[in-house]
Amino acid sequence: MLTFLIRRVIGAALVCLAVTFIVFVIFIVVPGGDPAQRIAGKNATQQNIINIRHSWGFDQPFYVQYWDMLKKMFNGDLVSYTSQQNVVGQIVQGMPATFSLTIGAGIIWLFFGILVGVISAVTAGRLSDRLITVFALIGISMPVFWLGIVARYYFAEGGIATVFPDGEYYPISQNPAQWFWHLLLPWVVLAVLFIGFYGRVLRGNILDAINEDYVRTAKAKGLSPRRILIKHVLRTSLIPIVTLFGLDFAGVLGGGAILTETVFDLHGVGQYAAQSINNFDLPPIMGVTMYGAFFIVTFSVLVDLFYAYLDPRIRPS
Amino acid sequence: MAERLLDVEDLAVHFATEDGLVRAVDGVSFGLDRGQVLGIVGESGSGKSVTAMTLMGLTRGVNAKFEGAVRYQGKDLLQISDREMQDYRGNEIGMIFQDPMTSLNPVYRVGEQIVEAIRAHDHVDRRRARRRAVELLKQVGIPNPESRVDDFPHQFSGGMRQRAMIAMALSCNPAILIADEPTTALDVTIQAQIIELIGRLKDDFDSAVIMITHDLGVVADIADEIMVMYAGRVVERGATRDVFYDPQMPYTWGLLGSIPRLDRPRPERLYSIKGTPPSLINAPRGCKFRPRCPHAFDKCMEEPKLEQRVETAGHLDRCWLDVTFKREHRDAMIAGESTEAA
Amino acid sequence: MAQPATESEFTLDTAAELAREEGGHEIRGRSPWFLAWRRLRRNKIALAALLLFFLIVIACLLAPVYAHRVADTGPNANHPLDKVNVNGTQVSVLSQGGYLNKKTLQPCSTGGNDCKLFSSIPIGPTWVSGGGHFVLGADSNGRDVAVRLLYGGRVSLFVGVISSAICVILAIVLALVAGYFGGWIDFVITRFFDLFFAFPAVLLGIALGSALAINGFHHFGLNIGSGSIWIPTLVISYVLIPYVGRPLRGQVLSLREKEFIEAAISQGASPLRIMFSELLPNVASSVLVFFTLIIANNIVLEAALSFLGAGVQPPTASWGTLISDGETLIVTRPWLSLAPGIAIVLTVLALNVFGDGLRDALDPRAKVRVEH
Repeated sequence: MLTFLIRRVIGAALVCLAVTFIVFVIFIVVPGGDPAQRIAGKNATQQNIINIRHSWGFDQPFYVQYWDMLKKMFNGDLVSYTSQQNVVGQIVQGMPATFSLTIGAGIIWLFFGILVGVISAVTAGRLSDRLITVFALIGISMPVFWLGIVARYYFAEGGIATVFPDGEYYPISQNPAQWFWHLLLPWVVLAVLFIGFYGRVLRGNILDAINEDYVRTAKAKGLSPRRILIKHVLRTSLIPIVTLFGLDFAGVLGGGAILTETVFDLHGVGQYAAQSINNFDLPPIMGVTMYGAFFIVTFSVLVDLFYAYLDPRIRPS
Repeated sequence: MAERLLDVEDLAVHFATEDGLVRAVDGVSFGLDRGQVLGIVGESGSGKSVTAMTLMGLTRGVNAKFEGAVRYQGKDLLQISDREMQDYRGNEIGMIFQDPMTSLNPVYRVGEQIVEAIRAHDHVDRRRARRRAVELLKQVGIPNPESRVDDFPHQFSGGMRQRAMIAMALSCNPAILIADEPTTALDVTIQAQIIELIGRLKDDFDSAVIMITHDLGVVADIADEIMVMYAGRVVERGATRDVFYDPQMPYTWGLLGSIPRLDRPRPERLYSIKGTPPSLINAPRGCKFRPRCPHAFDKCMEEPKLEQRVETAGHLDRCWLDVTFKREHRDAMIAGESTEAA
Repeated sequence: MAQPATESEFTLDTAAELAREEGGHEIRGRSPWFLAWRRLRRNKIALAALLLFFLIVIACLLAPVYAHRVADTGPNANHPLDKVNVNGTQVSVLSQGGYLNKKTLQPCSTGGNDCKLFSSIPIGPTWVSGGGHFVLGADSNGRDVAVRLLYGGRVSLFVGVISSAICVILAIVLALVAGYFGGWIDFVITRFFDLFFAFPAVLLGIALGSALAINGFHHFGLNIGSGSIWIPTLVISYVLIPYVGRPLRGQVLSLREKEFIEAAISQGASPLRIMFSELLPNVASSVLVFFTLIIANNIVLEAALSFLGAGVQPPTASWGTLISDGETLIVTRPWLSLAPGIAIVLTVLALNVFGDGLRDALDPRAKVRVEH
């Protein structure tokens, strides 16, 4: 078990490293052109550009630049090209918003996703199943940012009501009630897509599990349908959901909620990433990507461990 | 006088499918006494598994229709509700299935699953149930039952898994044990052990056994009575001796002929029945075996009733052929083809 | 009872003939593709969804026809100063701005609650009253939104379908090679997949998209300008390769162990032949389902990227850029953002429903009552 863990951790670290390299390649090597010129802006003189190039190190070969970037990252010294602010500081500032959004939405989508999946499977073929399937399909077909805009319009800006506030994030320490109120709409918007998806995946898993031989054995033993459903069918059907949830949660936490944060102006890590990308600002992007990759890789290891706990067949013996 | 446990009267099971109505079981009748072993033999699609599962109510579903009656100690199991049926499953009638690997839930320990079976009908506490589980594992011949009881199914070998399944099925002392192809997924040597185990347990637990198989060799030793099924019908039924030594159905001859025998001269080629089983949606008119029967003649266009046509009481068949003719001509199929021209 | 004279009166052939005549059909073997096709044919909803998708495609392909005949303008033509005849009255395409009540668009006093400063108000949807001009209204540059919607559809559909095709083809090749050859080739390819799983897909798309949007793509002998829609197409096709490749690789790995592959190898079949004639047909049903669902996914992804500015670049219209254009005006002219969004939802819904039906046809399992 320990060797398994150590191997995974080393693998994870290597992946993170490789991720930084890829980000670097994307932003330095791929566009071509001159980063110094980009930073200097339109009205720069040639001297400006040369100065910028020197002070930022763009005149060095790219592996030197990469190495410098890595050093700065480990020292927490990354500084944005455009805003001159410390990247790590900015990320830390954005984390409460991102965490609040992710955890709240995660709870909602996991709970309702499972509920919807179970109802849909148990009443397969009947009206409730069909209705749920229709709504789930519509839910997955809506682009999250569009849903956000529409929700904001109808419920915050006056389309139907002005019940909800128009974006912005209130820290929980300042005012719990407002914190909740401001996050409710973003939570629902972010959760809709996942509820639809998880509901359908679970429905499929349950319908598959019902046809398994061990469920037939459970019936032959004389167990009640409820017990069969909970102890035998759900136990195996939920395993893939757990895996999915671990990875999706990590993805959203790591900045994957970029669209929701932008639309609702929550100033989380995702929004920070979006702004940086628009400005072609490399250090923040590196920072956010590392932060995101870290979460995904960590959760990936955690999910693997949990999976081994849930399914004894794959435990390393 | 043996106590009659089960009376199946004219059982019919039909399934509605995309292609039409599948008559999986079409008029099956038989009885089962306490302590008796009934072997149900037939190829895939003969309806033997559907019959067995219907006894347990496992074929109930949206697209299934039933006719006839399945009387267990007088009560017609086809008429009772699902909730009542639950009380019979495992408790009065137990069942083991063909593939023990997939029939056990891979994420729960073997002991847990046996305990679950016990506690479904007997309200004992967990510790007592676990002790019973260990005792059962010992009875079915699993070594080190105290430690094995906490193992997972994938840690058991194929034969051991089937033993564990048998232990689980017998845990509530059911009056009837149904074994659906229990040895098909196992090695030949293990097959013999499992059959012998079932025979021994039948006496220990005083249960009746219904053994379902496509292999006559499996039931030769253990069965008291044999029922041959084809296309959803019983085509021959009688005491094991009678069916093996005086078979009346050409289909039975084919089944017997396909078994390699060590006590007979080796044929050039084992007899194999030509053709394929008939469609259960559009069955042929008359005798269902007629299209594949080398001895079919014009009277076979009318389906024979299941009747006693030989001298021995209790030996029934569905064949119009004259008994003497059968006794003269069946060896060609049973003994197999030889190099000399027929 | 009459008896047959000898055994040989009834042979196999006559017996079989008899069976057919009496209506005792043999059980006919049918290929899984035929069975799947039959199941699909019976699924009216999935077929309706497919039809909807094709209708949308056709409508978008007919964009020039609409632009020319109905709306009488082009997708990038600005009409800031024109007037349109709506039910008799002449309405400006772009009206005066100023301080207006954000809901009623009536002049208001500054400082009032709903009072906002508007630079200009484009005309709202004329629906059937404008003679086909500005059916859905105009955007802040005075362009006809309905025309842009159709042209934008062409772009979104192009990017969605082509990127999915590239993605699936590359994923198949990688999965086949990794699954078949195993060893270090598999190791490298799997690491490649893992690497891209560590990136949130949207971030990767935005990063690549914006990086390439600066100067275009000028490597490997390809020269693609920064405004070309091939940029978002390539970016999006790249992002999802691991999501398709990994499950396919898993399938190939389990197929690899089956005896028919061993048999093919021992017959001397070359790796290429085994991969494409033996393995590929067996993963084909997964590939088909994936392809449909990936198109749906990519259309949404393109919209997201374009909305953030990392996808299709202005002035080219795509459903994503349209939503972005309409965001600032959402309160006064909601249709600018609603229309492209609804278009996306309908298209993606149609693809998802059809993909579902396709999956059910290829691999049925649900307990549904059979009508008789």
